[in-house]
Amino acid sequence: MNKFNIKNVLEKNIMTIALFAVYVLFVLLAAVIKGTNMLDPSIVTSLIEQNAYVFVLGAGMLMCMLTGGNIDLSVGSFVCFAGAVAGLFSVENNIIKNTTPTPVTLLIVVGVGLAYGAVLGYLIAYVRIPPWIATLAGYLAFRGLGTQILTKASTTNAISNFPSSLTHIFSGKLFETGWGELNIPCVALGVIAAGVVIFLNFKARANKIKKGYEADPFWFVLLKSILIAAVILFLAIEFSLDGGIPVVVLWIAGVLIIYGIITEKTTIGRHFMTVGGNAEASRLSGINNKLIMFAAYLNMAILTVVAALIVTTRTGAANSFAGQEFELDAIAACIVGGVSAYGGSGTIIGMVVGAALIGVINQGMSLVGVDQDWIKIVKGLVLLAAVVFEILSKKNREKKSAMKKAAAATAKTQET
Amino acid sequence: MAKVLLEMNSITKTFPGVKALDNVNLKVEEGEIHALVGENGAGKSTLMNVLSGIYPYGTYEGDIIYDGEVCEFHNIKDSEKKGIVIIHQELALIPYMTIGENMFLGNEQGSKWCIDWNRTYAEADKYLAMVGLSDSSKTLVKDIGTGKQQLVEIAKALAKNAKLLILDEPTSSLNETDSRALLDLMKKLQREEGMTMIIISHKLNEVSYVADKITVVRDGSTIETMDSKNQEISEARIIKGMVGREITDRFPKRHDIKLGDVMMEVKNWTVYHPEFSERKVCDDVSINVRAGEVVGIYGLMGAGRTELAMSIFGRSYGIGISGELMLRGEPVTLKSPKQAIEAGLAYVTEDRKGNGLVLSNSILRNTTLANLGGVSKGTFIDKDKEYEVAQEYVEKLKTKTPSVEQLVGNLSGGNQQKVLLAKWMFANPDILILDEPTRGIDVGAKYEIYCIINDLAKAGKSVVMISSELPEVIGMSDRIYIMNQAKIVGEMKASEATQENIMACIVGVSGESSADGVGSEA
Repeated sequence: MNKFNIKNVLEKNIMTIALFAVYVLFVLLAAVIKGTNMLDPSIVTSLIEQNAYVFVLGAGMLMCMLTGGNIDLSVGSFVCFAGAVAGLFSVENNIIKNTTPTPVTLLIVVGVGLAYGAVLGYLIAYVRIPPWIATLAGYLAFRGLGTQILTKASTTNAISNFPSSLTHIFSGKLFETGWGELNIPCVALGVIAAGVVIFLNFKARANKIKKGYEADPFWFVLLKSILIAAVILFLAIEFSLDGGIPVVVLWIAGVLIIYGIITEKTTIGRHFMTVGGNAEASRLSGINNKLIMFAAYLNMAILTVVAALIVTTRTGAANSFAGQEFELDAIAACIVGGVSAYGGSGTIIGMVVGAALIGVINQGMSLVGVDQDWIKIVKGLVLLAAVVFEILSKKNREKKSAMKKAAAATAKTQET
Repeated sequence: MAKVLLEMNSITKTFPGVKALDNVNLKVEEGEIHALVGENGAGKSTLMNVLSGIYPYGTYEGDIIYDGEVCEFHNIKDSEKKGIVIIHQELALIPYMTIGENMFLGNEQGSKWCIDWNRTYAEADKYLAMVGLSDSSKTLVKDIGTGKQQLVEIAKALAKNAKLLILDEPTSSLNETDSRALLDLMKKLQREEGMTMIIISHKLNEVSYVADKITVVRDGSTIETMDSKNQEISEARIIKGMVGREITDRFPKRHDIKLGDVMMEVKNWTVYHPEFSERKVCDDVSINVRAGEVVGIYGLMGAGRTELAMSIFGRSYGIGISGELMLRGEPVTLKSPKQAIEAGLAYVTEDRKGNGLVLSNSILRNTTLANLGGVSKGTFIDKDKEYEVAQEYVEKLKTKTPSVEQLVGNLSGGNQQKVLLAKWMFANPDILILDEPTRGIDVGAKYEIYCIINDLAKAGKSVVMISSELPEVIGMSDRIYIMNQAKIVGEMKASEATQENIMACIVGVSGESSADGVGSEA
């Protein structure tokens, strides 16, 4: 193991630190300039609810990008299309008069996602169409299809009034209480989650010591655990004051935990990274590259359906403009989160931090009263800065190791 | 008349960890065809890259004196300005452009901002006539064969006002007739234009046909220069220069070798090139290897060795594969690398950076890559076990690294090779095909790799070692196959093998001793 080194730790977590700094900065700015309290429970909850889709889509986009910097441009349009399909079956409209029970609606929407994902995956993995072209076709076609469905289905070009049996699955609150009351189950869940995180951190350290590996120092693990627990408890209290845990938070947590485990702990996740790291080496090591590519796009389509249901039930309507630029938000979250644009490396946690950073900048600037156009300009610059930083620090590291290598070589030649 | 056009004095070029050129001297007279011969990796191409400015002035030691003045080339443009033009082995033509467009790429005819197409094509036609190509210069490059493409390359060089033409393996992708035509063209250019040429080639018959002088390069040094005016240069004479190296005990000995049953047998194996589907890359090849045996396959670059190995390894290369593959006496069909690994085969590639290792990943991850199941329960990777395995192989193979978390891209060539070997050893194969296992690594690391190979054989594994280094093949193998132009042209016991009779198999000269060995067990 590499020796524990504060500088390395800071360098590795630079984006997380930036996230905290930017958040604190906007809390102060909002308070000073507009007198708004950004820590207000409803503002914190809406920050998470508004960005929920980015976390879900980001997980799928991460899997695609791992396979070699491949992206899916059709995500936003498919959100619109899947939302329209959901509305078509669950709400009475001009095309289908009878509503379908919610479980069947869900099956249909997921089925549509699977079908699209399978076709897309097949075209990309087996017919070898470059991903950005295949998904560009989807980007155009599904926006058109979704809009057509909505215009035919309703005179208002939108389907609303979704049945509560559907909306409760993806939005609303769990353990709902009045606003401003301290919601006990919510706080209790927060305490449990924080406890689990602390326990896992120390268990991992104890395990390392038991096996005789080098472990991080005790104080560092303690500090790390306290910080994470503090964030969880902060959110739990904010949620509880805002009337309960947003259902969508459970979806986000579920998706992030599942994909975190897949990418970090399973052979499947490892295969994704290997394909992106060196496709030929991966093939000759017995990995089925095509199947991995297929799986990446199939998986993306399924998560897109989840995101579509989250967004549609949150806004309460399927619109023809739903999901615009979602694909770009997901890609940006990955890139800012340090996912390699060439594939082979990237983590769920990185993506989450990237998504949160963009989300905080978005909300913070709006609260401070910055014009939307300027928000876009700043977001663009942040994206660019993240990539430039990534490349420069990589170059720096390479230079260092090359110098070390050269020094070793000269030492060797001098010996002989 | 013998004016010296080019003189390269004591050129030394070092790459990190490797001395590619060591005090090389080369003298080329005006109007001669000068051949550079030597084994793969001897330093011929490096020398030419130094000359043409690909390795800029300052990255090497020594002087280049061209046309009477000391030159400092910083890039290809500098050397081309002086009339030194290099034609690389890989054709650098763009298929969907016309011959004319290709010829004047980067040398466009016309004013500064506007290309004069009439002049371009007129000029192109002029040079095409010079090389004897009758196709119109408006033909797309993709529509002419490789033989003609090579002529276009030469015409392109002439259009740059070349005074010294360097041809790196110009005939490697050409058939017999096209090769002959090219060599005759070289002679014609020499006769009619007074062109000076340097040719790098592995094909000794061509070299002795065309060259006035032959310089032998070996292990980064020029060994000798033969002049056809003073002596008859036979192929045997060239071989003697190429391989005259002494085999010292650079190879660890293996004691009480126990050979087991035939583990793998390949019969009448024929493979076609995936792009040029009429070209055979393996032609009716039959080989076998026993348990505990190290079988060497010797051949020069392009002989079809890698193609043979990869086509056996789950058909990972080539099309139209026919022939029989038997493992442990049973005929098998391996359709993918995955099946090959499951059947107990491992292919350790010659191109460790290209298709062997994931350079951006750690030693840890690379070690378990081919056998991730070996450290997993179901789909879950046991990271502790993975760490232990990687650590074990680092210690066993003496890989020099601060930790198994080190990125493979940061390791030296020799250590990368060890990680690659570890990866395949952990896959626990019965048969290992090692393709150039010591390419580009220093002598010390080589010795350690040899020890690993011996240990593998001792443990009862079958090892097929592909190599283009003669001493290595002779020093390490129990039995040697010699491969040339897609065919097995000889087989001999290592005890009977000498550098001369192996080379003789390749050039088709039957030396006295080689006749006994060739095909005796076929």
